[in-house]
Amino acid sequence: MGSVISVEHLRKTYGSFVAVDDISFEVEEGEIFGLLGPNGAGKTTSVEITQGLRVPDGGDIRVLGLDPRTQATQLRRLVGSQLQESALPGRLKVWEALDLFASLVPGGPEWREVMERWSLTEKASASFSSLSGGQRQRLLVALAVVNEPRVVFLDEMTTGLDPAARRATWQLIEAVRDGGATLVLVTHFMDEAEQLCDRLAIVDGGRVVAGGSPQSLIAEYGGDLQVNFSTDRPDVSFLEAIEWVDSVSRRGPHVVVVGRGPVLALVGAELVRNGIVPTDLRVQQATLEDVFLRLTGRGLGE
Amino acid sequence: MTSLLKMTWVETKLFLREPVTVLFTFALPLMVLYVLGGVFGNEGDTGGNGGFVVYGGYGPTNWYTPAYVGLAIAGVAMIGVPAHIAEYRERGVLRRLRASSVSRTGFLSAQLIVSFFIAAIGSVLLLAVAFPSTEVDTPVSAGLFLIAFVLGAVCFSAFGILVGTVLPTARAAQSAGLLLWFLFMFVSGAGPPPEVLPESLAAIGEYAPLTPVIKMLQEPWLSGEWAVGPSVAVLAIGVVSAGAAYFLFKWE
Repeated sequence: MGSVISVEHLRKTYGSFVAVDDISFEVEEGEIFGLLGPNGAGKTTSVEITQGLRVPDGGDIRVLGLDPRTQATQLRRLVGSQLQESALPGRLKVWEALDLFASLVPGGPEWREVMERWSLTEKASASFSSLSGGQRQRLLVALAVVNEPRVVFLDEMTTGLDPAARRATWQLIEAVRDGGATLVLVTHFMDEAEQLCDRLAIVDGGRVVAGGSPQSLIAEYGGDLQVNFSTDRPDVSFLEAIEWVDSVSRRGPHVVVVGRGPVLALVGAELVRNGIVPTDLRVQQATLEDVFLRLTGRGLGE
Repeated sequence: MTSLLKMTWVETKLFLREPVTVLFTFALPLMVLYVLGGVFGNEGDTGGNGGFVVYGGYGPTNWYTPAYVGLAIAGVAMIGVPAHIAEYRERGVLRRLRASSVSRTGFLSAQLIVSFFIAAIGSVLLLAVAFPSTEVDTPVSAGLFLIAFVLGAVCFSAFGILVGTVLPTARAAQSAGLLLWFLFMFVSGAGPPPEVLPESLAAIGEYAPLTPVIKMLQEPWLSGEWAVGPSVAVLAIGVVSAGAAYFLFKWE
């Protein structure tokens, strides 16, 4: 499993405006890699440069061994793309779109198969403008993978979709990965990144502020864990002796243990040893939202 | 090659689903032909009006029919094509096409072919209605007329592509296209007899790019001759427009 995308010290400015200051990341084969950050962080610019759609001012980029600056034409045949704020002609029918985009790739798959695989057959004669948000995304994903690409870029797939359509789109994204492609996902939704990405880079102000798997980022930057349970036993001070526990507090039967690392397992074991078997033992974990807040000092929506 | 054909075919269908293009390319020239043909008939002017001759002495319907073929060409090239290209750019369709390896030459060629094709359909339709239902005479040289049509439709389509390339939004392109279409109709020989145009309008007509197209179409139809000067002008418009469109074309 080598890296299929390698971006080093990418930089892009428009006049005095710095869109991308210094962004580096690597994407491994077969993973879903996320670029997570607020609007204007430089995510879209970065992936568009990576696809050879924009020319960077500086940096080293390799995608599938090709340089997008000089080998964009070759590269575009190997990657699939769902661009932010791109659309199809409103009067274009679903089957026509599939037929057309399949024809752009010599030796590509039969468009009818693609239409079947992405459950678009019953909408074959519907025009693009008549599709719902979720159906449009399904079609755009189908078009992005119609050339059986090795790398697929998906930029803000779920913006403007209702929750059900978002869930359905997440399934599409996983289906693309299961088809063997490497995915680069651009999103400003924390839950989306946490749910889908194997690894991600958090981007803010044109720079990568942290990178890793969602779990490792949460472990590293998410702060303390909180373990909650309830018990009638008045004295639980024995928990304070556990190595990873920072504090124990209680209000009535509700006990809150704050700690780090493997605190949940240790607290659980200690409770059982002391004859307490709570049915509501649970851990409240930090999310990527907390990670982002800690790294940038502000929430994503700000 | 198959992808160019496919794109041309899909784009043709999209053009035909656009009511504004259909109206201006197919319906309007036909309607104007009926109105003006009905008003002026097809009697050649013999100078009874104090020696002042309009339509160069040709029958008005004979004069107008090839001019309206020019109007059909202008309908798709001025009203269809520019708004179409500008809308594609505005809505991100061009970005999407580019990401799927569509080349600049490929896209622009498809637009040119489609525009030519729609103009041809519009013209055939116009003539198919004009011959049985008006007094129009058959062209003196049908062969030269056909060549003039091909040259005119291709070159004027290139001009339309240029307009769509330089105008920033679909709205701007559509407004500019409509304005140019009506202006050209009046000053380029498809409206009032050119002999009665006030000097200022006649001067605009001299330089309006549709004027040589219409002259080039009328000459073989009316006299059987090839209009050398206008055809050179048309060719120049086509070559310059195509070159400028290629270099000025932006995907977003």
